Amino acid sequence: MVGEIAQHAAMVVHGEAWTVKELFTLPNEYIYWSIQIVMYPFMTGLVAGAFVLSSLYHVFGIEKLKEIARFSLVFSFALLPVAMMPLLLHLQQPFRGIHVMMTPHFTSAIAAFGFVFSTYACIVATELWLVYRKYFVQTAVALKAQKNRGTVDSFRMLMFTALTLGAWDISDEAVEKDHKACKIMAGIGIPVACFLHGYAGFIFGSVKANALWMTPLMPVIFICSAVVSGVALCILCYVIVQEIRKFMAKRKIARWAKDPNAPTIEELEGAKHEEVMIASSYLMYFMIAALTLEILDLIFRGYTQVKSWDILREVIMERDFFKIFIMQYALGNILPFLIMVMPGRTVRRTTIATVLVLFGVFMMRYNVVIGGQAFSLSFAGFMDYTLPIIPHDLETFKEGLFGAMTVAATPFVLFYFINKVMPAFLNEEESTH
Amino acid sequence: MERREFIQKCILVVAGASVPLSALTLIDPKKVFAENPDIQWAFLVDTNKCVGCGFCVKACKTENDIPFEAHVSRTWVERYVYTKDDKRYVDSPDAALNGFTESRIDLGRGEYKEIDKENVGKAFFVPKLCNHCSSPACTQVCPVGATYKTDDGVVLVDRTWCIGCGYCIMACPYGARFFHPIAKVADKCTFCYHRLSKGLDSACVNACPFKARRMGNIHDKNDPITQLIMNERVGVLKDEFGTKPQAFYIGLAQEVR
Repeated sequence: MVGEIAQHAAMVVHGEAWTVKELFTLPNEYIYWSIQIVMYPFMTGLVAGAFVLSSLYHVFGIEKLKEIARFSLVFSFALLPVAMMPLLLHLQQPFRGIHVMMTPHFTSAIAAFGFVFSTYACIVATELWLVYRKYFVQTAVALKAQKNRGTVDSFRMLMFTALTLGAWDISDEAVEKDHKACKIMAGIGIPVACFLHGYAGFIFGSVKANALWMTPLMPVIFICSAVVSGVALCILCYVIVQEIRKFMAKRKIARWAKDPNAPTIEELEGAKHEEVMIASSYLMYFMIAALTLEILDLIFRGYTQVKSWDILREVIMERDFFKIFIMQYALGNILPFLIMVMPGRTVRRTTIATVLVLFGVFMMRYNVVIGGQAFSLSFAGFMDYTLPIIPHDLETFKEGLFGAMTVAATPFVLFYFINKVMPAFLNEEESTH
Repeated sequence: MERREFIQKCILVVAGASVPLSALTLIDPKKVFAENPDIQWAFLVDTNKCVGCGFCVKACKTENDIPFEAHVSRTWVERYVYTKDDKRYVDSPDAALNGFTESRIDLGRGEYKEIDKENVGKAFFVPKLCNHCSSPACTQVCPVGATYKTDDGVVLVDRTWCIGCGYCIMACPYGARFFHPIAKVADKCTFCYHRLSKGLDSACVNACPFKARRMGNIHDKNDPITQLIMNERVGVLKDEFGTKPQAFYIGLAQEVR
């Protein structure tokens, strides 16, 4: 009996567990790209968006975004490894994933991903190093001067010494040079970040077999919504972290217990308000761009009415109507936009709006990835996706609710540790910029 | 080191290296391993002859180790029924593994539709398989080059190299690809390459009792299949994708997609 079940379980082909087929679908058609492929552009978008926000300060010198920019840069670094995670989790042969780097087949849109991604990672790491070099040197010097170091402090000293990479000069000229180099790196970083994400759009937009995906607008739509989601997440996390710091300042714990120079509650509140207001204005500009492009794509399809329109219309206007028009456009775009655009915008209102915006962008990815597989290549049948919630094997865990949650939670865990080494919030005199 | 000496040594190194490097281009492994580049395999389906017995599907699954219970198949047969009141029904229950033994139409989700015999306008069967396209979308998108086209026109998958990303499955406009339930890699029709290379017919061609499925070398003008493709009115599936399919159909209805 057990053997029979095991045998039967082995016979469930990939995708069968969460696909419901209706009318005529080809025998081999299933929803092969499921929730992890929804997470992939979502997470990559967050990385790119967070980086663009940090560049607004570093490249364009928008001084008022200084603090949130540094926070975004650190957060972008925490998000980086997570952009790779969903891809590995969805591979049928995850241990062969490295083949993409070893034997890339460059006619494939995926093949260069590893290289673009690595280039981008190097740029972010370099920029971070330039921003934090002064801090590394100061911390290492301070730890070296300390007598009776414990094990932890000895380890920290070694780590910070290593992180300086031997560049100990923190004279004003040297720091100024860092600043210039940082600006250059951020300048190179913007097109690379856009490329990284536009490229994720290209992966979908170039699949000619898929009537919903195939549009040259796809990369541009992806970039705009990426910036939207990245900025929204940075605002949200920034507000949350500031709230935590305010709470700690009130209770006088951690830094506030010993450091008399630590920012006061009023200072924290003031800084938060200004930065959030400016960042949210940028959020709105990008939201307008993203929504315009998405609607343009939809209108164009409806107007030209090519062969695939009949089935697309049924998917968009009927089967996925709630997911697309209510959840994505109404709840995820129009409502937060109204919340922010109404006079007397406050931090609290903006924070609520960012949560909705993040939800809206997630739904957009969902509707593109899953919606693109919701109809048969025969144009005569449909496939319905049911997200596996309670996993009963590795596959339904990886490509189910818990797999997606794991991916979504990882950047926060990483941020916690990275923040220990490169604190997102520094006093003026410690930071280079 | 003197400049003159340096240049001399450079010339020596370049000259020395060019000999083994040129050998790499002289011995093109593709050419060495292609047994006969004059062969280009093509498939011919005569839809008028197909009765939907499903022997081809059974033979294919048996020959190529695709479990009968798995709801995927390298080849399948579709049934098209047009009613007199202008409705169209299509189905392919279990990829037609057991043939079309029932007259009712499978609508998916466990629902069926019985069609009044008097109301049937026309009905026919269409066998399908990988088209082994001349410019395949699937090999183009493989990020590691695990799927490729042989010199004799067959698209294959290297099971030891496929990472299982599913991009080829997404890229195929014909739904010919799937994940093998045991090997956990992309899988598809190989035209029974292991049999072809021994001079045998592919399993489905061999199993078809009515010669609805045939194969030939399209580069050989005297091949009877090539003659048929040249002289009959044949069509291919979804030519709008520009993949140049190498599976030709006699009696192809335009509704077949």
